[in-house]
Amino acid sequence: MATQQTQVLGRALLMPAVALLFIWMIVPLAMTIYFSTLHYSLLDSENWSFVGLENFRYFLTDPAFLTSLRNTLVLVGSILAITILLGTPLALLLDQPVLGRSVVRLMVIAPFFVMPTVSALVWKNLLMHPVSGLFAWIATSLGLTPIDWFTDVPLFAVILIVAWQWLPFATLILLTALQSQDEEQKEAAEMDGASALSKFIYLTLPHLARPITVVILIETIFLLTVFAEIFVTTGGGPGLQTTNIAFLIYAQALIQFDVGNASAGGLVAVVIANIVAFFLVRIVGRNLEA
Amino acid sequence: MARKVTTRRVWVSTVAAWLFGFLIFLPILWMVLTSFKSELDAFAMPPKFLLFHWTTENYATVQERSDYFHHALNSIIIAGGSTLIAMIIAIPAAWSMAFSPTKRTKDVLLWMLSTKMMPSVGVLVPIYLIVRDLGMLDTRTSLVIILCFGNLPIVIWMLFTYFKEIPKDILEAARMDGATIGRELVYVLTPMAVPGLASTLLLNFILAWNEAFWTLNLSTLEAAPLTTFIASYSSPEGLFWAKLSAASTLAIAPIIILGWFTQRQLVRGLTFGAVK
Repeated sequence: MATQQTQVLGRALLMPAVALLFIWMIVPLAMTIYFSTLHYSLLDSENWSFVGLENFRYFLTDPAFLTSLRNTLVLVGSILAITILLGTPLALLLDQPVLGRSVVRLMVIAPFFVMPTVSALVWKNLLMHPVSGLFAWIATSLGLTPIDWFTDVPLFAVILIVAWQWLPFATLILLTALQSQDEEQKEAAEMDGASALSKFIYLTLPHLARPITVVILIETIFLLTVFAEIFVTTGGGPGLQTTNIAFLIYAQALIQFDVGNASAGGLVAVVIANIVAFFLVRIVGRNLEA
Repeated sequence: MARKVTTRRVWVSTVAAWLFGFLIFLPILWMVLTSFKSELDAFAMPPKFLLFHWTTENYATVQERSDYFHHALNSIIIAGGSTLIAMIIAIPAAWSMAFSPTKRTKDVLLWMLSTKMMPSVGVLVPIYLIVRDLGMLDTRTSLVIILCFGNLPIVIWMLFTYFKEIPKDILEAARMDGATIGRELVYVLTPMAVPGLASTLLLNFILAWNEAFWTLNLSTLEAAPLTTFIASYSSPEGLFWAKLSAASTLAIAPIIILGWFTQRQLVRGLTFGAVK
């Protein structure tokens, strides 16, 4: 009796969240699908017409699409690689006895709380400026030619900025996982004469598998839609060199005011995100069981 | 002998950790230092590290130029409002899924997370048009609602993982003793859920505070939070490094301090409790 009552109550309590999220998902999506079949420009909004799949053909065959898709994948892939490959040794280091560890930890995690617009502006102007930036001074002092980051290696510059923001996240999660590692197991391995390397490969790395999965999941959710850093630093340029899918659609919608084409692009982005989500959700689904 | 090696190891790790920590922190440190320089010193080559004329005039100029407090208030209202509303919707939902799960609970949870993966930019156009047609461009209300929906899946997930860890035996015992659902909620569940509620609240406040996509696209002046306020410094006429640094320092100071104080709770929240 009580159980049935609880279940009815349970449904009632779940309903608002499900209904609201469903509306939040379906209304814009339905509108996007509708717009994507129209020739519709905000500059001339009286003059719209139905064009079928024309926008999709236009968007998908636009060379800008392939470039921005590649940029998106390079961006997500390299930032994941950098944050995990640097985050793991950093977490291992911070797991050692270190004098003033809590202060070091505060310094390491700070970038995570810096809003994207701020970190983009500070990196672009104070650090990466080719004449007066700190990096230019370091390069000159070492007898090298300063790099003009946003002209010569714009995508790499964006990757560096975003990776700096997400490195603390990976480090913090991996460090927390390391601190819960079984000490006795490590000591037993040491007694048996295991080297530091084999301890790392056979004990630590398997222990880190799950937190690394979590890092990949959460970072991917946020990195697929990196926007502010590109908006503030390069505006997608030079040319299309730093345009990712998110920025391409933004440019079509609010710079060129082409609603039809931007909507088609939006749907393509939704499909790509869902392909990625499909794999990610399976991984996290497994974590959910445990 | 063994002791000596250990001491040396501590020193090696300490030096290495401080070096890396300093390198990672350098951009923020450099920004804060620059905010106390004159514009001339900010551009100086070679850079002036500590030996410059320290001044706080940049902070005064920033406030004069675009009213920091107005934008900070917007940030607080938008981040706080969207977090609170999300919590009000999410708590009952997470409670229900954790304590009376059905066969479809897992599917519902995964579906909710998948809405978060839908790129905002994919639905920018319709949302922009809806907000425009409602006459709500550049209003705090529209941003509160949109950020609330954007964060809702993560709020529900976090609360769900926290609630699931509360042992059911305790609830059953309370029920045996004749506690009603209302009493059970107030006297048994709430006290045990407070840490989880707190860290969910914090993390979502931080996410909403730093959220830049919707705020940049849907606000210009009236409702503009600090993310938009800072972006206005990217225009060529706004390029005064010392003032930019002062504005940036002001924009991130509240949230960095909040983050530092709550880092332990944040880790649990950030990973949906998957890492302990």
